[in-house]
Amino acid sequence: MSLEKKDVEKVARLARLKITDEEATRYGTQLSNIINFVEQLKEVDTDNVEPLASVVDIKLRLREDVVTDGGIQADVIANAPESLEGFFVVPKVVE
Amino acid sequence: MAQLIKGKTGDWEIVIGMEIHAQVIAKSKLFSGSATAFGAEQNTQVSMVDAAMPGMLPVLNKHCVEQAIKTGLGLNAVINETSIFARKNYFYPDLPQGYQISQFEDPIVGLGKIEIDLPDGTVKEIGITRLHLEQDAGKSVHDQHPTKSYVDLNRSGCALMEIVSEPDIRGPEEAAAYINKIRMILRYLETCNGNMDEGSMRADVNVSVRHPGDELGTRAEIKNVNSVKAMQQAIDFEVARQIEIIESGGSVVQETRLWDPVKMETRSMRSKEEAHDYRYFPDPDLLPLTLEEGLIERLRAELPELPDQKKHRFMSEYGLSLYDSTILIAERSRAEYYETVANDNDAKLAANWVINELLGALNKDEKKLEDSPISAAQLGGLIALITDNTISGKIAKDVFAEMYTSGKSADVIVEEKGLKQVTDTGAIEAIIDQVIADNPDNVTAYRSGKDKLFGFFVGQVMKLSEGKANPAMVNDLLKKKL
Repeated sequence: MSLEKKDVEKVARLARLKITDEEATRYGTQLSNIINFVEQLKEVDTDNVEPLASVVDIKLRLREDVVTDGGIQADVIANAPESLEGFFVVPKVVE
Repeated sequence: MAQLIKGKTGDWEIVIGMEIHAQVIAKSKLFSGSATAFGAEQNTQVSMVDAAMPGMLPVLNKHCVEQAIKTGLGLNAVINETSIFARKNYFYPDLPQGYQISQFEDPIVGLGKIEIDLPDGTVKEIGITRLHLEQDAGKSVHDQHPTKSYVDLNRSGCALMEIVSEPDIRGPEEAAAYINKIRMILRYLETCNGNMDEGSMRADVNVSVRHPGDELGTRAEIKNVNSVKAMQQAIDFEVARQIEIIESGGSVVQETRLWDPVKMETRSMRSKEEAHDYRYFPDPDLLPLTLEEGLIERLRAELPELPDQKKHRFMSEYGLSLYDSTILIAERSRAEYYETVANDNDAKLAANWVINELLGALNKDEKKLEDSPISAAQLGGLIALITDNTISGKIAKDVFAEMYTSGKSADVIVEEKGLKQVTDTGAIEAIIDQVIADNPDNVTAYRSGKDKLFGFFVGQVMKLSEGKANPAMVNDLLKKKL
């Protein structure tokens, strides 16, 4: 299977990546190679195999419902490019 | 009773499916230990996990899992022993991870069904497709600055249950009945407070139209309906819009539309067009959730009596009407209040007093039952006094008013004000004799056939007795004397 340029552009847009025309073509070839390599797996018959969600045979650990964190407003916004009175400030996003 | 809309090309049937997001009642978040209380200062209930700092790992909250299972049981649904958390990928400033941890192919709760009560007294079954657990996003504030939005992540990571219905709902009335019933069940189970004002419960409504018997039409998803009323208005608008499009030769586009409560219209959210490509995949940070053995049965045993069970029991055990039962079970606390009042009392009389007098008075004062100045035991005491003929129903209303303002119990008020009903034949006869002696003309008129005057005599006797004479006895004795 080969990935067309428009597919690459769509994936880039969904991932909010800005790429040039030249990059789109180049990544298209590279991604197609990767997909073709992975597609070898299709040779295995998996008709009666459950999809695998994890490779380790242990159970998910759960925690009790207790408040153990938070109250660190200054730390949370410390790396924000812009903040005001404890809010993150971002370019306006409104429908 | 599917509501049909008349169009130029025949009748139209409305088809609605609903996605309800219900915030889980829990002290801490779904995957982190920060608090969930409403109304805290911005970004003070945020951990590094909720802020999606690199390297932070989610750890699932056991209580939230149990809340979801309880809710699933309350929706008569299948609970899945194994479920999987998946990443739903999209970008928005209030979603710091760049993905929402949700459940996709393997939700914790599968198919279920609930009964809804329609205004005409009929009951309809609505199918539940699934319920899954997911994280809530943060909150953006848009109205504080002309070119900036402010983001608060306090809500980021709070646990939500998304409850998806089958497209079984056939109009705004059924939609309202459905959301009200879901809210009631959640509140009975104490898994969500159902508060739509605070956004603890939000609904997305999928609306389409078709001619009865046809295949399902193309649907539009309406967001931003944050009250039952807004939801009904949005449905009405959207149905009219879709019929208009189809009847003028166009076709409905499958899209997300936003309800504008000011302009009273829905409009397209173009930004969402591409966002629907969510690229779900199992979250590699979380193993599949496998429920411990016996957990479902333990939770099932802990379930409270649910609204519909209670409604049917009130009808059979207390002999109440469907209407009265429906009112009394609307809130769990209300049903408990009623049962305390009805304890050892006439159950129907108790229902009348709770519904007509107490709820009426509270409603007038915009008070909640929790703030009632009259306790259930006190109201029960008042009804006991009516039943054993200590006071008449009429006097009871005055006593009730006094109880409502003073908080005193009925027997204290009756004692203090000397309101005991007069049931002594001699005393009532004395009053009657007095009335007859005072009104010789009317007595003559009555005896010569003016039957209507009987009411006059009753009124006079009641007046003289200051309303305390037993009305049934007054009637009997008057008839004899006249």
